[in-house]
Amino acid sequence: MSVLTVSELHVWFELPGGRELHAVRGIDFSVDAGERFGLVGESGCGKTTAMLALMGLLPPNASVAGEVLLDGENLLVRGEESAAPHRWREIAMIFQGAMNAFNPVQTIGDQIVEPMELHDFAEGKQALARARELLEVVGIPGDRVSRYPHEFSGGMRQRAAIAMALACKPKVLLADEPTTALDVMVQAQILELLIALASDFGLALVLVTHDLPVVAQVCDRAAVMYAGIVAELGSVDRLYHDPRHPYTRLLFAATPDLYGADAVGSIPGAPPRLDRELIGCPFAPRCDRAFSPCPTVTPRLLEVEPGHIAACHLNDHAVVAAS
Amino acid sequence: MTDAAATNSRAVLEVEDLVVRYRIARGIVDTLQRRPKLRVHAVEGVSFALRGGEMLALVGESGCGKTTTAQTVLRLHEPDAGVIRFRGEDISRLPPRKLRELRRRLQIIYQDPYESLDPRFRVHATVEEPLIIHRLGSKAERHAEVLHALEQAGLDPPDLFVDRYPHELSGGQRQRVAIAASLVLHPDVLVADEPVSMLDVSVRAGVLAILSELRKSGLAILMITHDLSTAAHFADRIAVMYLGRIVEEGPAHDLIHNPQHPYTRALLSVVPKRDPRERTTPQILRGETPNAVRIPPGCRFNPRCPMAISECKEIDPELRRPAAATSAGHRAACIRV
Repeated sequence: MSVLTVSELHVWFELPGGRELHAVRGIDFSVDAGERFGLVGESGCGKTTAMLALMGLLPPNASVAGEVLLDGENLLVRGEESAAPHRWREIAMIFQGAMNAFNPVQTIGDQIVEPMELHDFAEGKQALARARELLEVVGIPGDRVSRYPHEFSGGMRQRAAIAMALACKPKVLLADEPTTALDVMVQAQILELLIALASDFGLALVLVTHDLPVVAQVCDRAAVMYAGIVAELGSVDRLYHDPRHPYTRLLFAATPDLYGADAVGSIPGAPPRLDRELIGCPFAPRCDRAFSPCPTVTPRLLEVEPGHIAACHLNDHAVVAAS
Repeated sequence: MTDAAATNSRAVLEVEDLVVRYRIARGIVDTLQRRPKLRVHAVEGVSFALRGGEMLALVGESGCGKTTTAQTVLRLHEPDAGVIRFRGEDISRLPPRKLRELRRRLQIIYQDPYESLDPRFRVHATVEEPLIIHRLGSKAERHAEVLHALEQAGLDPPDLFVDRYPHELSGGQRQRVAIAASLVLHPDVLVADEPVSMLDVSVRAGVLAILSELRKSGLAILMITHDLSTAAHFADRIAVMYLGRIVEEGPAHDLIHNPQHPYTRALLSVVPKRDPRERTTPQILRGETPNAVRIPPGCRFNPRCPMAISECKEIDPELRRPAAATSAGHRAACIRV
């Protein structure tokens, strides 16, 4: 049973001069309790924007459309009014760079207590006791609760940021590039922790990253985003072994593997600008398999096998036959 | 090693027992209480050689001393001890006025092309500036050099780029401009400090391919990276650093497929693999790298080492060829292998 279901999510930003940037262009995915779901893509593909939309934390110049169902309840119907009661209590987020965003003059414990008090989850001694407990959960001795951020290493601050996101016992945890600035050894520790949290507490984890190997190792399923759309979604095994969108295949091929002997190739060109209308497949200008309909006809998201969907004309027999 | 390297096999750069320590500023209370002056042992006896046409990757976690090593080689830091030889000449004590000529021969590109380029300079001005600083060539000659360097860096045709500002370029293109600005002086050695870690995955390979081409044409490249997969694919040799020392060094293939030092093995085990079916149990080392102020006695890795025995607390191991090594150039600093 899905805890989180996102359908037809759109986000627009109003730019100075009346222009509009369509950052997220109708994405769908759902995540089950205890599942680890990856949202992969390069910078500017809309992955972070989509997560901020889920949290109801977009800046004022943004507008949203679509549905975000959390246990069946739509968080987008009445804007802040419908998002606020669930934020942190049911859906929480670890922001990119969160480990460097602690207040330097407040103890780690006070900062973990803050969301609990703000959301009437717990207060006073009880909240502090939970902060201790949370630190233990993320692998930090509970007595460090009264320490200051500068007394923690980078890895410990990232653990504390995770503890803070977990403060009000959310069901869904959105983690935006949680290991990007960390060394591989510390990255391995944090990923191990996130995997344990999903399985021990039935937490639905959405891992947002540009790092395909991290997703391959951690997630059950993943969506590959490009220019604001989901290009392909499926189990990580199918995405790697049978990619049905050329972008997925080329992105894996651009990622060096420790033991892989294959040549690593870059993808020529750059993603399209999102402040203008996109015609056809957004990946067509960079695609090595583009054919006649690609520049003009927008590909449909087709289910190529159960649970595996891709937005590429190559999977559409009617389109291939007609051209 | 490439053909060009074989014909030019004498080391361009040799580093012997390099030591770099940073003083930690003491507060007035520490001074009055006569607390000892502390130092960060950033680099503690690093030796390596780099040949023309060769790419050596210096890998390790943050704080292991890889960047300090590279910057000291360029004389951006003063070494506390050790010898740095460039084409046989000791440059470790070279006075500042002689450094200028040296800097032409040794160039560096930095991690972040969003910060390393001046936003008010057009591409042409950025790439031309080193020639002006070194008072090289006439205006026409400099222009020709700029175009050639841009071409070498894969910004082709260069005419398309010379008038652009950094904000009009993608991350990959900016890094290529930075590469061009270092190539314009025809250096013998290029230090590349995490050259692709700020770039999108889809353009990284292109920038690395440029470095690979330059190496084939005889340039010696010292690449600093924390990304072992990148090092495995692009470097000829890899040196793994831990707490200011090289703990293992060898041909890239041997080091990746036949790692000897327990630290290298642990590090390799935690690198995420691309194939979801290859989910292995990573050998996660607990805790963080001990700080470089108090280096553990004996082998510096012993407190975290899964193979440590009592001797490891006493013997500071030297780099030597391990029993299971299959090539002559493969060395590890561990008494147990």
